[in-house]
Amino acid sequence: MTDLKNELIRHSAADLAAKLAAGDVSAVEVTQAHLDRIADVDPQVNAFLHVNSEEALAVAAEVDATRAAGGSAGEELHALAGVPIAVKDLIVTIGQPTTAGSKILEGWHSPYDATVVKKLRAAKMPILGKTNLDEFAMGSSTEHSAYGPTRNPWDLNRIPGGSGGGSAAAVAAFEAPLALGTDTGGSIRQPGAVTGTVGMKPTYGAVSRYGAIAMASSLDQIGPVARTVLDSALLQEVIGGHDPFDSTSLTDPFNNLVAAARVGNVAGMKIGIIKELHGEGYQAGVENRFNESLQNLKDAGAEIVGVSCPNLKYALGAYYLIMPSEVSSNLAKFDGVRYGMRVLPTEGPMTIERVMGATRAAGFGDEVKRRIILGTYALSAGYYDAYYGSAQKVRTLIQRDFDAAFAQADVLISPTAPTTAFKLGEKLDDPLAMYLNDVATIPANLAGIPGLSLPGGLADEDGLPVGIQLLAPAREDARLYRVGAVLESILEEKWGGPMLSKAPDLKNAALGAVSNSAGGSN
Amino acid sequence: MAAINRDDVAHLARLAHIEMSAEELDRMAGELAVIVDSVKSVSEAAGEDVPATSHPIPLTNVFREDVVGHTFTAEQALSGAPDAFENRFKVPAILDED
Repeated sequence: MTDLKNELIRHSAADLAAKLAAGDVSAVEVTQAHLDRIADVDPQVNAFLHVNSEEALAVAAEVDATRAAGGSAGEELHALAGVPIAVKDLIVTIGQPTTAGSKILEGWHSPYDATVVKKLRAAKMPILGKTNLDEFAMGSSTEHSAYGPTRNPWDLNRIPGGSGGGSAAAVAAFEAPLALGTDTGGSIRQPGAVTGTVGMKPTYGAVSRYGAIAMASSLDQIGPVARTVLDSALLQEVIGGHDPFDSTSLTDPFNNLVAAARVGNVAGMKIGIIKELHGEGYQAGVENRFNESLQNLKDAGAEIVGVSCPNLKYALGAYYLIMPSEVSSNLAKFDGVRYGMRVLPTEGPMTIERVMGATRAAGFGDEVKRRIILGTYALSAGYYDAYYGSAQKVRTLIQRDFDAAFAQADVLISPTAPTTAFKLGEKLDDPLAMYLNDVATIPANLAGIPGLSLPGGLADEDGLPVGIQLLAPAREDARLYRVGAVLESILEEKWGGPMLSKAPDLKNAALGAVSNSAGGSN
Repeated sequence: MAAINRDDVAHLARLAHIEMSAEELDRMAGELAVIVDSVKSVSEAAGEDVPATSHPIPLTNVFREDVVGHTFTAEQALSGAPDAFENRFKVPAILDED
């Protein structure tokens, strides 16, 4: 790889956009640099399930031609035109396969584009490819992908988080400046935390879910994956907005996000530490970086206050009832009739019911089956009130807790994840230990409020990234960008540059043996 | 609340249309028992008077104009089907012979 290409892949999306607009570099050069990087490092990282070189380069060439021709078409180009992006493989795209990380959809092509993909196309952002994920976004490590785990660019023997480990790793490994993720219980934010990148879960309904293969419809949210807070804001403004194809889409405008990321001031803001989301159960290095961030925000003029959300102790339980209940319903459509795999029973009568049983047995992985069974149980007669009904009431209690907390603070703060990245295979045989990774991110999904994770430094004990999570009231996504951008700039000044500049050089990294997981088959 | 056992899992797997081997049922029953046990406390968290929340941001009466919007052609709709015949999804017998 040439020096120019090496330099290009390290720019933020905002910087690339400026260089493209100034004519310093072409969109084809930028896109090709990222495709070359994917060819160089993705055999190790396994962030991509599909690489979309031809279409990406064609879109880039179109941007270059439009810009060269000048005139009104050139002026009307979107600011991010020509800035490439990766898309989580849960989001449907015409012209590329969509697998959801599952065998049951292997080779399936969607006949339509997700609304967010249409918006990327309208902005003329070249789509580099589709990124790896836990099957149907169910997991916190990408080890539940049917196509092998993605590896963490900071240490290839560790998990990149999940379910959006592919999008986070692609951005962390400089394979893409931006990516799309989906967040049902932390699948954008927790991978962001453990890979040293920025991940944003917008307010529920702020970005259309049309074309994101549904996991738990009342919790799912598409959002940006980036390396800087400003880049995340830029991307959310591209993908956000009302969509009549999603009946839960909000009509509120969210057009002040980029401006908020550029304000650079937290003086007089009240930032609330959530008592229940740090301390016991959180790794010492995570606590240390979290406390430093508080001090930094205080030094910048923010007032730090303590808040309590006592019902958060029920959040994980409520989530693991509501989410699987919705999963059991949403995944009923994968039955070998309309799309995807069909497996015939090897013996006995050939009825459609038995074909469905054999198809779903062969097509779904263990975690998906666990959640479908758990959801079927929680919704069954005799248990419905005690489980699903109670969990919905807990959801109300958690919303009330947040309402009370936001009466005392403008934004809330916590570590994003209780630990840094763990080793591949370490928690694969213990579903409950895996679930605990999302303890700090799940409450935002239950309440529908926005959450942003940004790099908070490296943990002393293992030198791995720690994420800081900011939460705001529903519809107040702009506040997160404002506070996040300030914290990011203070930290980067102290570090002498972005945290990712401390990540190891992937070309020299050794790939160790991974237990309990299939190799990266692309 | 009763614990989830192997027979329950076998019944649920039938309802969910997922064939499971004997080993799978054993393993799944053990794992689900642990998970169910850990979420049980939820049923004691809220009193009778707490309303349920099914969607985080309540919206009411989301309507659109009653006009034909985007539709797929039969070809598009069938493009991913494992089997199709004369513009229809083709499936094995719906009913068992007995």
